[in-house]
Parts: sequence; C-alpha cells; structure tokens
Amino acid sequence: MQEVKIRIRRSEPAVSNEVRYQEFTVPVGEGMVVLDAVHYIQNNIDPTLSVRWNCKAARCGSCSAEIDGMPKLMCKTRMDTLGKEITINPIKAYPVVKDLVTDVSHNYEIAKKIPPFTPKEGLKEPWTMMQIDVTRSKEFRTCIECFLCQDVCHVIREHQSNYFGPKHVVKIAALDLHPLDSIDRSELLHHDGGLGYCDITKCCQNVCPEEIRITDNAIIPEKERIVDHAYDPIGLLIKKVKRRKW
Amino acid sequence: MSGKYDYTTLKTDVLIIGAGGAGLRAAIAATEAGCSVIVASKSLLGKAHTVMAEGGIAASLGNVDPQDNWQVHFRDTYVEGVFLGNWRMVELLAKEAPDRVYELERYGALFDRTPEGKIMQRPFGAHTYRRLCYVGDKTGLELIRTLQDKVAHSEAKILDEFVVTKIVSVNGKVAGAFGISMREGTFKLIECKSLIVASGGLGRLFKVTSNSWEGTGDGLALSYRAGAVLMDMEMVQFHPTGMVWPPAVRGILVTEGVRGEGGMLYNKDGERFMLRYSPKKKELDARDVVARSIYREIIEGRGTEHGGVYLDIRHRGAKYIMEKLPSMYMQYKEFAEIDITKEKMEVAPTVHYHMGGIRVNPETQMTNVEGLFAAGEAASGLHGANRLGGNSLTDLLVFGKLAGVSASAYAKQGKQIKFDESVVKEEIDRVMSFVENPGATNPYPLIDTLRESMSKYVGILRNDSDLNKAYDAIKSLKPKLKDIGVRGSLRFNPGLLACLEFTNLIQSAELLVRGAIERKESRGAHFRSDFPNRSHDFRKNILFKLNEGRDEMSFAAVPELPDHLKDLGKEED
Repeated sequence: MQEVKIRIRRSEPAVSNEVRYQEFTVPVGEGMVVLDAVHYIQNNIDPTLSVRWNCKAARCGSCSAEIDGMPKLMCKTRMDTLGKEITINPIKAYPVVKDLVTDVSHNYEIAKKIPPFTPKEGLKEPWTMMQIDVTRSKEFRTCIECFLCQDVCHVIREHQSNYFGPKHVVKIAALDLHPLDSIDRSELLHHDGGLGYCDITKCCQNVCPEEIRITDNAIIPEKERIVDHAYDPIGLLIKKVKRRKW
Repeated sequence: MSGKYDYTTLKTDVLIIGAGGAGLRAAIAATEAGCSVIVASKSLLGKAHTVMAEGGIAASLGNVDPQDNWQVHFRDTYVEGVFLGNWRMVELLAKEAPDRVYELERYGALFDRTPEGKIMQRPFGAHTYRRLCYVGDKTGLELIRTLQDKVAHSEAKILDEFVVTKIVSVNGKVAGAFGISMREGTFKLIECKSLIVASGGLGRLFKVTSNSWEGTGDGLALSYRAGAVLMDMEMVQFHPTGMVWPPAVRGILVTEGVRGEGGMLYNKDGERFMLRYSPKKKELDARDVVARSIYREIIEGRGTEHGGVYLDIRHRGAKYIMEKLPSMYMQYKEFAEIDITKEKMEVAPTVHYHMGGIRVNPETQMTNVEGLFAAGEAASGLHGANRLGGNSLTDLLVFGKLAGVSASAYAKQGKQIKFDESVVKEEIDRVMSFVENPGATNPYPLIDTLRESMSKYVGILRNDSDLNKAYDAIKSLKPKLKDIGVRGSLRFNPGLLACLEFTNLIQSAELLVRGAIERKESRGAHFRSDFPNRSHDFRKNILFKLNEGRDEMSFAAVPELPDHLKDLGKEED
C-alpha cells in the first residue's frame, strides 16, 4: 500500500496562540478521499484532531478545507488526484475554533437578515407552478452551504465590508426566482448586502462543489436588478411619477 | 480560571434534541404555540442526516394517479410493515401527509411539477400508486433548507454543535438535559418543562451504512437511561442499493429513485433476477424483499467481482438521468469514475434505517416518561417491520409537528421539575473520566470491532448462532467501557465524542441483538434463516426498559385494528 505524508494545521486559539503543522504518514487505499485520511489519523494516531464532517458523500457541505491551497470538500477530493505530500488548512475566511474546524456562525446571522419566502396574496390552493419556472430557481437550491465560495471570495477574505458573500447571493437568487414569491430583495443586497463590492472575478463559481454558476446566474443578474432599480434614470422618473417605493 | 464542575444553565419551555426534519418541524410547532424553544443539535444547523434523503416524500395527493387516497397509503404502509406497526400512527401519517406536503410548499419548498403545474409524483417500492413528491434526487435537502429558513426567522434558539450526554429525569418526569458545547468547550445544563428527542437512528452501529456520523443511537440510549421504553429494536432496514466500489465509498446510498425512474437490477450473468423473486412488483417491491434478493444473488455466487449486483438506468438516456438523478450522476462520477449514463452501477445492500426506537403514545408522541417526547427515526411504531421509501420524510413532518404541539401543550401546563445538583456533578465526573485517564484505551478500535461484528452477524439473513456470536462480542466489549479514554479538552474533541458514542452504541447494540435473538420468526426486515416463516405468536412488539440497572424485556401485543380500518389492514397468509 502506498503512503502519503499529510501536514495539518493545528491550533486552538481560545487556549493559546500557538500554531503548528503536524505531519502524519497515512496509507492510501483504492478510492480513498482526503476525509478518509483524516479519519485514519483520528482513529489510529491522534484522536484529538478536530474536523467537522457529517455525510462523507458530498451532500452536507461540512468538511470544507483548503487542500494544497485549494478550497475543497475533503470527502470529495480523492487522494489519487493529489501528490505524495499534502497540506490541509482550515478555510481561511473564518476564525478557527480548533484545528480544521472554523466558526461559520456569521453566515447564520446573515441568513436571518434575508427576508424569507413570502407568497403572493390570494393564490388559489393547491398552488400551480410550471416546471420551467421551478427549474430557474432549482440550480440555487442545490447549495449545500459548504461556504467554500465565501472562503475563496477576496472581498470577505481581505476586506472589512458588509458584503454578504456569494453563498447568500445564491440564497437570495433562489428566493427571488421562486415563481410565487412577492418580495424584492435587491434593495437589501444593494445596501445591507454590499453586493457592489463584488467585482465578478468568478472565483466563487470555480470552487462550488455543486457547480452552481454563482457569478453568471446569481450575482450578475442580481447586480443587473439593482442597476434597474437604483440607477436607471427613466425607471426612476417613472417611479417618481407613480410614487411607488421599490 | 475555570473549575472542573463549572457549567452554565439555560432555561426553556421545550427542549428539542436534534435539528433534522423532525426536530425542526417540532420547533416550528412549539414556537407557534408560544413556547420558548431550544434546539440542541450534534451537527451544525442544516447538516443533519435528513439532507441525505433523496427520493421523495410520500403523500397521497393523487396528482398523477387520481385513484390514490389516504386509505391506500394506509394499507401500503401497514401491510408492508408486516402488521407490526401501530395502526393509529399509520392512520395519522396517511391522513395528514398531503397537508404537511402542501404546508411545506407554503413554507417555500419547490417541488418538481406535472405538466399541469401540480406537484409531481414518482413511483417507489411497494407504494400502489405514484405517490412520492420530489425535488430531483435532493428532496431531503429542500425539506431541511425550507424548515431551517422557517426556524431561523422564528424565536427558537439554535444550540448547534452541542452534544447531549444526559437526559435528566426525576421520578418518571423529565427535567432537562446536560451536555457539551463543542464550540465553546464548556458544559451546559438546559432545564426544560418538556423535551423532544428527534435525534435519528443508529445506522453507524454497522460497518456498511448509508448513515452520516450522527446516527449513533444517542437519543435512544439517553432516553433509555432516563427511563423510556425502547421497542422493535431488532428491526433494521437494509436499503437494497448502496455503492460497492471503491472500498472507501462502500455503503453510500444509491437512491430508490433510480429504480423508481426505471432502473433494473441484473446479476453478473445478465439475468434480471427480480423477475424471479418478485414477478409482479419486480425492482419496486418493498425494500426488505429487494435487499434479500440482491443478497441471495451475491452469496449464491451470481454477484459482481466486488460483491454487488448491477443497477442499470442507461436506457433512460443522458438528459433524463442528469435531470432526474443529478446527485447519482455526480456521486458515481466523482467517487467511482463511472458515468451512469453510459455504464452500469454496482450496488449492494447497506444499513439505512431503524424502524425500532423509543416507544410513544400515538396520539401525543409522549413516552412513558412524563414530558419526554420522541419523533422521527428515533421513535418507533409507525413503520413496523419494514419502512416504505418516502414514508420517512412524511414521518418527520407529521410526527415532528405532533410532538411539537403535544410538548408545548404539556409545557404550558407542567412546571419545571427540580433536581439535585449532584446529578450534574455525577455526569461531569462521567464525561471527564474519558479525558482524565492517561493510560486509557483508544475507543476507535473497539468501535470498529463492534461495527464489524454487527455487520457480520446481524445482517440481512440472521440465525441463532450468528446472533449469539454478536451478543458474545458485545458482552466482551462491555467491560472495556470503563477503560476507554482520550487526551484533550471538551472543545471539538472527536476522541471524547467517540467515547460517549461508543457507550451509546453498545447500549443499542445489546438490545438490538437480544430482540433479534428473541424474535424467532421472519417478519419484514428481520429475516431468520432458522425460522424462515412469519408466526402469529410473534405479532407483538418486543420492549426493553431499564429497571434498577437491569434491562427488562417484555412483550406487548400489537394494537388491534379498529372497525373502520379492519378491511384495509387485513392480514393475508
């Protein structure tokens, strides 16, 4: 059986400022993924190595990490696609709790700010919707909340801004494209959500394990809606005449 | 500097353990009733095993097959549960399913549609009509996101990445729960007037399973130690189709939706063997039947080189497959380098679901412990000896809601039960013993031994000698419980968690195996090669209750059908 050397960043900031990289040697079997290697270490070498995981089937989005610098799901990254020496870091956009586990609770705070699905009034039950309309929203609903797109976003990584981040634009797109939703969330994205900070580098789209076209299908259309609402002079004029608040 | 016995106390009306479909639906019901609610969950919010549910949610909407109604859904569920289910729970499920599905749609879930724009329904094993409402093969994800959103915008407090280590009960009444906040690395006591256990099943007791890390039977063991009765523990469902190759992914679920969409099973000789085992229902017979048939093909030498059979959906064409089964396509592509639109899948049965669990009153979901409720996979009584695909998601919504409603009604009338602080100190001592024992034994190899014995001896075909081998293995592992331990703190310490889970797993394993030894017949998922027939004498539930430190086994007759359901649930030989 082949062996691979894995370096893992270890730290527990609540206890000490010490950060160290510990190296482990792990045997690699057929079809093994990085999460299997981490489990091997936990079971056989160091049971205190912390990692967040649930399904090991790329469905729950728990085991996000930076593998050789790339944000990936550990359960979906096969060892045979990597070299003989591997480095695993926790995702960098969020504070480390311990080892590979980060505190992603900020995302749940943002989620509370996004108005939930609010159906149009007076709909006849049971509701009728066409598959083609449902399909437009579906892409965004495959989001597994792994936060890899948040991790790779340089606005979140390197700047102090109010930008919600790609994951939350995806969520808003999912709600906005619900055929029976009645709320406009673009004002929220424009002001509180700081979508203007995104300069469409498409990094988020490149790392999405669900292959959601985050930039193309969520961010750009939402930016366009903001432009329509906030900056279109003719639109503004019409609104002023109609005195309708958007 | 903090001391060993430091902990903080939270107070709430209703405490819910588990943030899967049942826990979240219960939280919605309890907050709507005006109670304060805390949801404590071992995983991060939104990661619960419910996200793994693929095929759909069963409800007799009759959108595709107008003949469908609750009576047929009742009959399918009750009969395929092989007359071991509780008729009242089955009746509630069948009657309320459509309301819960439409309610979920009003909460914002987006189901696939029929050409007329109604909710689409697909066929599934042993459902007479096309009954499963679905979202591609990601129905569970949609369900949990929808409920998660609803809860996030409610008053319920989420306490995620929190491991409950003890349910506190005093004189048969629930008083609260104690546990570890993994993120903070601290102990917390939660005092509550009523408590709902919605913590899922015990699939991780087995080596080959589709279950995620949470399924360690925690809620069962915690409730049992708090005095609750466990029932039908021997009833473990094998899903017919799990991945086989490569070894690292063995057990990962291949949705029944593949067969629902027309997938066919072949042995290595190219024979469509289900025609032989079940000429009428074929691939879409009940899960126990299909799982046993696949298993037989494999042990009789007609399996593939990796010990599986073939599942073929290629005839549906690439476009259809990508649209209806996108996760399956991804899963095989990424993990096995197989393109299911061009190649056959290799599949074999995998442990999937536990029909047994905590015994509840069907009208309220309350256990024999006052103020302690259970819902979802943790509870028992609904599915009898075999669960139909799609009924689990329905179960979560129907009985999650019922548990939430009943627990809040109870909390409003009840008052906080007082208990002595020594209970907490004892529990801290127990937990800390796992991290304060320098020469302790690593729990992981012991867990492996347990899981291997369970998979080897308590499988699809059981017999007395094998079951006793499993029982012996459990008995020899039990004394080692006092020696296990790891280093480290309370903060995200997987080794500590393994110690706690091992304690819970052993508890469930022992009752499961004892029940399986006792049930000398074959019924549903419990198949005994030494007693291959169903026996009227065993149309009863096997119960366990802890009595002064000893496991007491007893039997309870399955409640007789009332007149209005007699014809629907008639037993045929």
